[in-house]
Amino acid sequence: MDEIRVLTPNGSIGSGFPEELLEEGMRRNPHAIAVDAGSTDPGPYFLGKGLPISNKMMIKRDLEILLLARDKNNIPLLVGSACGPGTKSTLEWTINIVKEIAKEKNLHFKLATITGDIGKEFLKNAVKQGKVRTFESAKALTVEEVDRATNIVAQMGVEPFIEALKSKPDVIIAGRAYDPAIMAAIPIMNGFDEALAEHMGKILECGSMAAEPSCGFEPILGTIRKGYFLVEPMNPKSKCTPKSVADHSLYEERNPVKAGLPAGTLDLSQTVFEQTGRMTKVSGTKFVKDVYTIKVEGAAKVGYRTVFISGVRDPVMISQIDYLIDGVTKNTKAFFHDLDEDFQILFHVYGKNGVLGKAECIKNALSFELGLIGEVVAKTQELASTICGYLSHLSMHFDYPGCKATAGNLAMLYSPENIDVGEVFEFNIYHLVEVDSPVALFPISFEEI
Amino acid sequence: MVKLVNIADIATIIRSKNAKPFLFTMDIFFDNLEHYEEAVKSGVINKKLIAQMYQLENEDKAEIYNFAQAWAIKITIPRTVASGGIGDTDIYGAQQHAPLYSIKIPIC
Repeated sequence: MDEIRVLTPNGSIGSGFPEELLEEGMRRNPHAIAVDAGSTDPGPYFLGKGLPISNKMMIKRDLEILLLARDKNNIPLLVGSACGPGTKSTLEWTINIVKEIAKEKNLHFKLATITGDIGKEFLKNAVKQGKVRTFESAKALTVEEVDRATNIVAQMGVEPFIEALKSKPDVIIAGRAYDPAIMAAIPIMNGFDEALAEHMGKILECGSMAAEPSCGFEPILGTIRKGYFLVEPMNPKSKCTPKSVADHSLYEERNPVKAGLPAGTLDLSQTVFEQTGRMTKVSGTKFVKDVYTIKVEGAAKVGYRTVFISGVRDPVMISQIDYLIDGVTKNTKAFFHDLDEDFQILFHVYGKNGVLGKAECIKNALSFELGLIGEVVAKTQELASTICGYLSHLSMHFDYPGCKATAGNLAMLYSPENIDVGEVFEFNIYHLVEVDSPVALFPISFEEI
Repeated sequence: MVKLVNIADIATIIRSKNAKPFLFTMDIFFDNLEHYEEAVKSGVINKKLIAQMYQLENEDKAEIYNFAQAWAIKITIPRTVASGGIGDTDIYGAQQHAPLYSIKIPIC
């Protein structure tokens, strides 16, 4: 085979893509459609709860178009991190949608499912055996932290996809996956250079974000050949330039020239980007093999949140905002002193330092109007709600120096003013685990639909 | 003659985002290779500056990368709170670049 063409419809299933641009891509006779469907970007809640990050209507819309397109051309469709955190629950949720579409559209295909959940016993043993590496979280993993997590997944590399592809499925729906692996699996399986295939995957996985103009909601085609690959946006008005593709190497990456893969490190320091028509040709990317590691992600529940959202326009109150926050926080903590260890009070002051907090470089500058968000996190929703109710009422009527507005301090935005937000999670596992087999942790099952 | 230029006047993109849940990463793309090279050569964007700007515990927490192919400087720092944890105020890390606007680059 001289080349492999992989079509990626967008940066994430559920974000939509123009149908005519997918058709444009299908006219290039791709060997596969490959797409990512998940992320940790929206925070730990989705992994903690095992819930999808997109809504069903959008996921179904995208999947239906892709399943019909793949059926027409008889090529495989690969979906990774389905759909969101890539837990067993979101994987099953996605498969139910796939089956619903198949039934409605009378589609028949061989479906491969790859799960990415990691058992607690496996991970605890890895901790005990010293096979868990600490990196960006800067906190060593313990057996206790493993127990705290409600869900744990691992990012699979290309190997489980390749293992599944050996049985010639039409559709692969996988749990948590390293994004580029979804696009790189078929090229690597067919003997193309691993470094180039993974690099191509890194560019494709965000849709046409690597194009000019940049757009994550539009399809992009990757063509890998011996020694290089080409990327081309399917929107005829866009193009991939050496600059736009190089720019994309920085996107959401810690380091522009070195990216950690399960099997080693991708090195872009010698990569060359060249213009070829509307495409960019990429070569020179290297791969440095290392001990095989999988990235594990886990989230743990830390409590329940209740918030109130308000505005402040009174100039005296604005000048005394720190006094008020300090006063109501101390008072509330004193009032609920029996529970002191069990809750946290936070204030966010938009118009002062709501975004950057302590790192805000503009000091003592206050807007004529402030957004004030009060927040309580406690062990139960009832407690959070009770404490936040006290806090918001106190904030409304708290006396401060020079106060002239004795009827109320806050413009409350909503009724009810205290909003129960539900469970709060944190990423408590984000580590690398050395594994002997890249496939053993990712069971594959097949089903004729 | 050397003059100090606001970074926004020679950068086409100044942005920030999470680099996964525990890091913020900031990208500055310059409008041409010359300006990129002058910015790199000046050494204005250094670990000390970034550590002060983002109140980091120490300078080594700041990582700075030059990427000539994209005329870009990347700055990566640890988050004080992981994405979505209690006290986080920017889940996607999309607004952490704002202090970078205060940087001035000496241009010949």
